Order: sequence, then C-alpha cells, then structure tokens
Amino acid sequence: MDLFDLLLEPLSYDFMVRAIITTALAAIVCAVLSCWLVLIGWSLMGDAVSHAVLPGVVLAYIVGAPFALGALVFALIAVTLIGVVRNTSRVKEDAAIGIVFTSLFALGLVLISVTPSQTDLNHIIFGNLLGVSIPDLIQVLVLGVVAFAILILKRRDLTLYAFDPTHAHAIGLSPKRLGALLLGLLALTSVVALQTVGVVLVVAMLIIPGATAYLLTDRFSRMLVIAPVISALCSIAGIYLSYYLDTASGAMVVLTQSAIFAVVYLFSPRQGLIGTRLAKARRKKAVALAA
Amino acid sequence: MSSPAILVENVTVHYGEVLALDAASLTLDTARICGLIGMNGSGKSTLFKVIMGMIKPDAGRVLINGESPAKARKEGGIGYVPQSEDVDWQFPLSVRDVVMMGRYGHQGFTRRPSKADRAAVELALDRVELSEFANRQIGQLSGGQKKRAFVARGIAQGATMMLLDEPFAGVDKRSEATITRLLRELASDGCTILISTHDLHALPQLCDEAVLLMRKVLMHGPPELVLQPENLAMAFGLDVLNRDLPDEDLPDEDAPDPSGAGRQVQDFSNHQGRN
Repeated sequence: MDLFDLLLEPLSYDFMVRAIITTALAAIVCAVLSCWLVLIGWSLMGDAVSHAVLPGVVLAYIVGAPFALGALVFALIAVTLIGVVRNTSRVKEDAAIGIVFTSLFALGLVLISVTPSQTDLNHIIFGNLLGVSIPDLIQVLVLGVVAFAILILKRRDLTLYAFDPTHAHAIGLSPKRLGALLLGLLALTSVVALQTVGVVLVVAMLIIPGATAYLLTDRFSRMLVIAPVISALCSIAGIYLSYYLDTASGAMVVLTQSAIFAVVYLFSPRQGLIGTRLAKARRKKAVALAA
Repeated sequence: MSSPAILVENVTVHYGEVLALDAASLTLDTARICGLIGMNGSGKSTLFKVIMGMIKPDAGRVLINGESPAKARKEGGIGYVPQSEDVDWQFPLSVRDVVMMGRYGHQGFTRRPSKADRAAVELALDRVELSEFANRQIGQLSGGQKKRAFVARGIAQGATMMLLDEPFAGVDKRSEATITRLLRELASDGCTILISTHDLHALPQLCDEAVLLMRKVLMHGPPELVLQPENLAMAFGLDVLNRDLPDEDLPDEDAPDPSGAGRQVQDFSNHQGRN
C-alpha cells in the first residue's frame, strides 16, 4: 500500500469525509480567532467561554432550539458574571473566571445527567468527530462561515482593539462594542468546535494555532494566514492518525497541533528557543573577537 | 477663534471613594502646547481620560472646540500618544501598520486603505523621519522612534489636538530634542498639544504654558512661572528641582513656632499620603 492509498482509504467512508470537512472548517475558524485571543491575553477567557456554553447547548437541545443560540446566551451570562464578580469584590480576574466557568460547566454536566438520551450530549463534552451527521455538518458550515466572514471583514478593527483600545476610542470607535463582538464570535466559534473536539478540548484549537503563528512572524496579517493553514493541516493529519492508530479523534487533532507548536517553539528562526540561543552565542563570539 | 480648543469646566471625578479630580477647570487655546505636571495620583491620566471622553465626570463639562468630546472623536480630531508601558511592544505590527491605524476613522466598514490613506501614512512617516523604518516591527525601534511612530499616527489621522502621556519617559536627550522640534512644528500648523510629563527640565523649551495639577488646577501660566520652586512645592510638597525653597515652605518639625510648624507638617504628610 503506497502513500496515495493510505490517504485515500479513509475517504471511502462517508463518516470520515464528513469528519475531515467538519474538523478542517472548525480548525480554520478557531485558528483565525485565536490570533486575537493570544495577543489580547484572552486565552483564559477562551477557555472560560468554551466551557461555559455547555448548559446553554444542553438547554437548547432540550427545547429543540439551535445550539448556537443557547451557547451565545450562556457565553453572555458567563462574561457578565465574570465582570460582576471581578468588579464588585476583591477577587481577581483569573479567580473570577475560574469560579464562573467551572460552575457553569458543572451546571451543564448536571443538566446532561438529568436529560434522557445522554449519549448525544456526552459527545458535546468529548466531541464525536466520527459521528458527525449531515445536519451537524450543515450547522457547523453555516456558523463557521458566518464567524469567519465577520472576523475577516472586521479584522482591522479587531486588531486595533487588541493593540490599542484607547486609540480606538479616541477615533470614535467603541472598544466596548468591539470587545463584545469578539466575545460573541468566541461563543459562536465554540459551538462550531464543540462538534469536533468537544467542550474540554476546544480551548486548544482556540489558543495553539495563534500562539504557533505568533512565534513564526512579526506581521499580524501573516498570522491570519499561517494560523488557519497550520491548524487545518494538523487537524486533517490528526484525523488520519486517529484512523490508523485507532485513537480518540478529537484528542488526536489537539495532540497534532501541540506537536507542531513544540517544533515551532524549538526551531522557529527568529522566536524559537534554539534560534535565539544560537543568535545569542554568535553575538557573544562577535563581541569576544572584537575585544 | 470663538471657542477654546479644550475647555474643562469644574470637572469632578471619583473612583469609588477616591476623589481623582476636584472641580478642575482648564482652558486651552488652539495651537498652544501645554505641559501638565503633577505627582502620581494628581489626576493627570484622569484628566486625559475625561478630555477623551473615556470617563464621564460626576460633575462639570468638557468641550473640544466648542463641541462634545464624542463629536470631536467622530470627526477624528483627537490624537493620542500612549505611555510606553501601556503598549504591547511585541505586538506583530509594523510601524506603517500602526500609523495606518490613524486613518481608520476616515475609512469604510472594513477599513480597506485607499490611495489617499496610503499617501497620508507615507507623508506622516516622512514628517517624523521614520520612512526608512516603516517596515520594522514596532518593538524594534528606539524609545524616541517609538514615540514618533505614535505622533505619526496622529498626523496621519489629521488630529487637530494631540494628547501625549509621558512622551519623554525612556527617551534619550537627542530624541527628546527631535520630538520637541516636531511638536513645535505641529503647533505652528495649528495643532493643540497637551502633554503630561515628569520631565520638568524640558518644559520651558517645549511648552507655551504649563498646568500644575493636584486634583484641581493649582496654577496655569507660562512654564517659567509655574516652575518657580514655591509653586512646585504646592503640587509636590518637596523641592523637585533641588533648589532652595523659601523657608516658610519647608516642613520643619524643629521649627520654633509650634502652631505654624504643626500646620506645615500636616500639609506635608497629606501630600505624601496621596503619592
């Protein structure tokens, strides 16, 4: 069996094709969003929102509403609660985030435990990449395209918000509204990614690609290309690996992304650990020679 | 010239229990450079935020060219040069990208730069002598160049008023002179400039007027006058220029007159407490 067959064989199963399309889509949208999250320092917020949407998704399932709606409502509740706890007590932000998102996540788990037909909902927690149905795929496609389009169209405003919200305010934009937009998109994107890697691992897709791209370039516009490309390739590679190694697919996708991050962390020409050490040694040597 | 460039009238701001500005009033005419001096916690940043409309005052009002700050912001008239520690210098943007952000108020929904935008950016870069560094990541500039990059952003924006927060912190003497010259040029073109600074020595060369702030405006006048040691002592409670203070301004616990000395000591500890 040559490489070509290795790549083609899984595609003879419809569920594998759906898995690959869904994952690649989710990976791309998450990766684009992650560029802003890692620069603003909102990684923990990404973690929080992606967990806190769980009760919303479960409630939406119970009443038959779209998952995205429930997720958006609970993302909003989470962010509001975090703000309230932080601003009205001496508790610091990271603690406030930790309290709110774990509580909401626990609420979601309790709701799942009392809801009949638990199998479906457990998939939300760990993802069920190989069980993606056609309606699931359509939902991911629609939400993913909407989130992606908004992110790309408003990318300059979002970057300004991340870099210098005071200037955004000074030229008549509303940093508050831009921040809210980004949080809303975070909630949408979380729903997109739930299907593939599950609530627990969404945060990986929301942080690793952006962090990897950040180590590779000094231009934000390039980050917006590098992150989704790497993330999509990793996701597809992860699915193939899980197919042949017979391992959990969502977790495998995340592990592939981590592996690429590790490689970049070590070998990136300018920001990598080895590159910067070598440059330092060269400078020392040059100084020694000059002396 | 009917209305002043900046009018701050009896502005009071509280942060919770803390009084940050206490009926502060300030009028600044167009094309003037004004230095804002005062201790940490004297309300300098709060005054900036009120002028930019980031904080709504509990009392009083602010007018920019006779209009509300919100309208002035929409018209793109307010340029802002942030303090160094408020900027993420690792952010993956080039100098040109940052200056382009000055144009966003002039652009459409997606902020796609037009030919005019690009021309304005190149002109601004040239004006602050950063054209050759336009493609550098912003963190790879020297302290003075970083400041000039943000001034260029205000120029590209077409700001008629610029607020600079500690522009001379971490800037060497030569860059300081370059920035001073640049700001003087901008003022002679009609730009009104308000600078918060700790650098009292640079004030007379840079500014047309100076404001001494201690939650309220203690004094507003020519820099030479405001920098008189007895005046600075009002705001700082100690001799910042290391010159001899007149005796009556020195808090002195060993003073022979117990009533007078007691009052002075109390004043002194109050100033320290606000630091």
